[in-house]
Amino acid sequence: MATQREREPLLEVEHLMMQFGGLVAINDLSFSARRGDITAIIGPNGAGKTTVFNCITGFYKPSSGRILLSSEGSATPSDIDVLTRSGRRSMAAAAGRIYLLERMPDFEIASQAKVARTFQNIRLFTGMTVLENLIVAQHNTLMRASGWTVLGMFGAGSYYRAEARAVDLARYWLDRIGLLDRADVAAGDLPYGDQRRLEIARAMCTEPVLLCLDEPAAGLNPRESATLNALLKSIQSEHKTSILLIEHDMSVVMEISDHVVVLEYGTKISDGPPSYVRNDPKVVAAYLGVEDDEVALAGVGIAP
Amino acid sequence: MPGAGLDHSSTQSLGIGAAIIDAGKAGLLALGLAVPILALRTETNLENQLILRERWDYVAIAVAVAFFGRLVYLMIPARRAAPKARSLTFNGSGIARAVAIIGLALLIVYPFLMLLLVGKAASLKWIDNFGIQILIYVMLGWGLNIVVGLAGLLDLGYVAFYAVGAYSYALLAANEPIKQFMADMIGPSFWPLWAFWICLPVAGILSAFWGIILGFPVLRLRGDYLAIVTLAFGEIIRMVLINWIDVTNGYAGISGIPRPSFFGIPFNASDSGFSAIFGLEFTPLYRTIFLFYLILGLALLTNWATLRLRRLPVGRAWEALREDEIACRSLGINTTNTKLTAFAIGAGFGGFAGAFFAARQNFISPESFTFMESAIILAIVVLGGMGSQIGVAIAAVAMIGGTEILRELDWLKHVFGASFDPVQYRMLIFGLAMVLVMIWRPRGLISTRYPSIYLKERKSVSGDLVKEGHG
Repeated sequence: MATQREREPLLEVEHLMMQFGGLVAINDLSFSARRGDITAIIGPNGAGKTTVFNCITGFYKPSSGRILLSSEGSATPSDIDVLTRSGRRSMAAAAGRIYLLERMPDFEIASQAKVARTFQNIRLFTGMTVLENLIVAQHNTLMRASGWTVLGMFGAGSYYRAEARAVDLARYWLDRIGLLDRADVAAGDLPYGDQRRLEIARAMCTEPVLLCLDEPAAGLNPRESATLNALLKSIQSEHKTSILLIEHDMSVVMEISDHVVVLEYGTKISDGPPSYVRNDPKVVAAYLGVEDDEVALAGVGIAP
Repeated sequence: MPGAGLDHSSTQSLGIGAAIIDAGKAGLLALGLAVPILALRTETNLENQLILRERWDYVAIAVAVAFFGRLVYLMIPARRAAPKARSLTFNGSGIARAVAIIGLALLIVYPFLMLLLVGKAASLKWIDNFGIQILIYVMLGWGLNIVVGLAGLLDLGYVAFYAVGAYSYALLAANEPIKQFMADMIGPSFWPLWAFWICLPVAGILSAFWGIILGFPVLRLRGDYLAIVTLAFGEIIRMVLINWIDVTNGYAGISGIPRPSFFGIPFNASDSGFSAIFGLEFTPLYRTIFLFYLILGLALLTNWATLRLRRLPVGRAWEALREDEIACRSLGINTTNTKLTAFAIGAGFGGFAGAFFAARQNFISPESFTFMESAIILAIVVLGGMGSQIGVAIAAVAMIGGTEILRELDWLKHVFGASFDPVQYRMLIFGLAMVLVMIWRPRGLISTRYPSIYLKERKSVSGDLVKEGHG
């Protein structure tokens, strides 16, 4: 399925370090997520997974390290070098635009570098309807269409056409997550599982190149988990969106991810395809401290 | 909804005995409060000595009111089921729409209705003190509603922008050099006639500019901290107005502010005045009626802009910001710009209202821009239901109209004696009304939110789901 081009790295995290005062939350972490892959970050509680996410999406400013996103093609080492030295946030390389995420504020990472994320504790706009949530996600497109509000105030037709297109995109994603007939319900009125999927749909409405999911299966029952797996697989195969996810539910991680990075105490202890990581003695030790990998991995799903 | 949960659990299972015990507690509480406040009063007698007067009858009344009030409140179970049922009746947007249309129609005929009902002389008071005064606050409420109701930024210093608008207009319109310059350039009658129409947008723009100035330092603040800084900002503006005597004339204020003209035609008794040109008998009433329609137009402009903005990405971003700022940033929304536009547009409408106020009063001083004004405007927004346009309008009518009505209640003097002045009880009644509204409708008079876009059916969103914002 994956061509050579798709297997180039999309996101390269190099020597990432995040300190909170004296606490080293992430210590010299390097890994890469390839284009078109589903990359999972796993690790015991407190390993620093969400901190990595917050660094990538700009909610934290890393203490040191480089987070490079090559949105279209892989950048050459010399391009990366030039950008790093220039002090700028992004530049157009021969293969496409490259971004240094650690230099960008959070909203620009979402709007320019096109990295979308969801949250461990769902952050929907609960008082707005399901449809409104998806329209707000297309804010920047609509803002341009409304001529930064000026044209929109005078009822420019171009704005209404852009809004109709935004509704179409929202309708598409509502259909995908099976919430089309609940479009006009307040997001806070949805059951938990639907809220999880809506948050993913909202992130997808920003048309991201990288979708970061923070524990998307948390609190889902096995059937909802299976639906989620199917949704993520279909996003991977049908859209140009790569996925980076944090997950405790091993049934999700092992089934859908192409690549797994294991963290413990802010340090990477293993990195490779699921089959490799599953049998890595260091991972097993980190999770349960026993050798029996079957018990270990089954146990993680139940009591992370 | 503090207290609501407690009421539900305590009252539904309460028998009469428990209710009496509960009311007894309320009575004891009232006793504890009333003894230090009401029981003893120091007065000077005729020999200029301080004497202590005991007023145990007052204490008894306060305790009785608290006891029986609580008892009655606890004994009426239907009242506690009421909020849900009532918000259901508001669910059809038809009712809100009907109220809005009827209200607007009433407003349009209001001045003539008053002329017809009470005659020329008496109608001046009704159009000016009631009509114009209420509409100014409706406009201010709607302006603040953008900041507090939509964007969820608690602003306790909104009156600052009202003041900036008023002083901008006053200083520009009553400015001798500008007047002289315009007289030299265009003609002596130009500036007095057109100052209002030129300075009105300028005042709004200057206010919006000050909104941005305030916005920058408070961008990083949320909730209580934001409220405190905005409050301080309001006071700073007032202090500058008081102390920068060279420019603002301090406490003495600015007088002789040009009044608005009827698009170039002055309201005076001269041959080129409004009355003469339209062949009417001269009376100051025409100006008042014109001012009424002017502020009505400005208020409707505010409303139109707000409704329009709500359907544009910037308005949706405001509401999203109120709901969850972090989620906004994760979706690529520049929250800095979003907050600044909310401050600027809200402040701009405050500035328009201020310019109108200065033109109507003909005189302004810092006295008009105290913290109390901010508090009243905020109270209007909160009572009306944050984010609800019609709710804010109803609350403004109730609060400002209610205050003015108190002045009319002279017959109460026959009941309570000649020294009784109902206006003195204004704040007491405000407080009581606030407490009652917060008990029965904790999210304001109209708490439901109407979505800005829908696929099949516009369903209102319950106020319980809508967040209040954390700044």
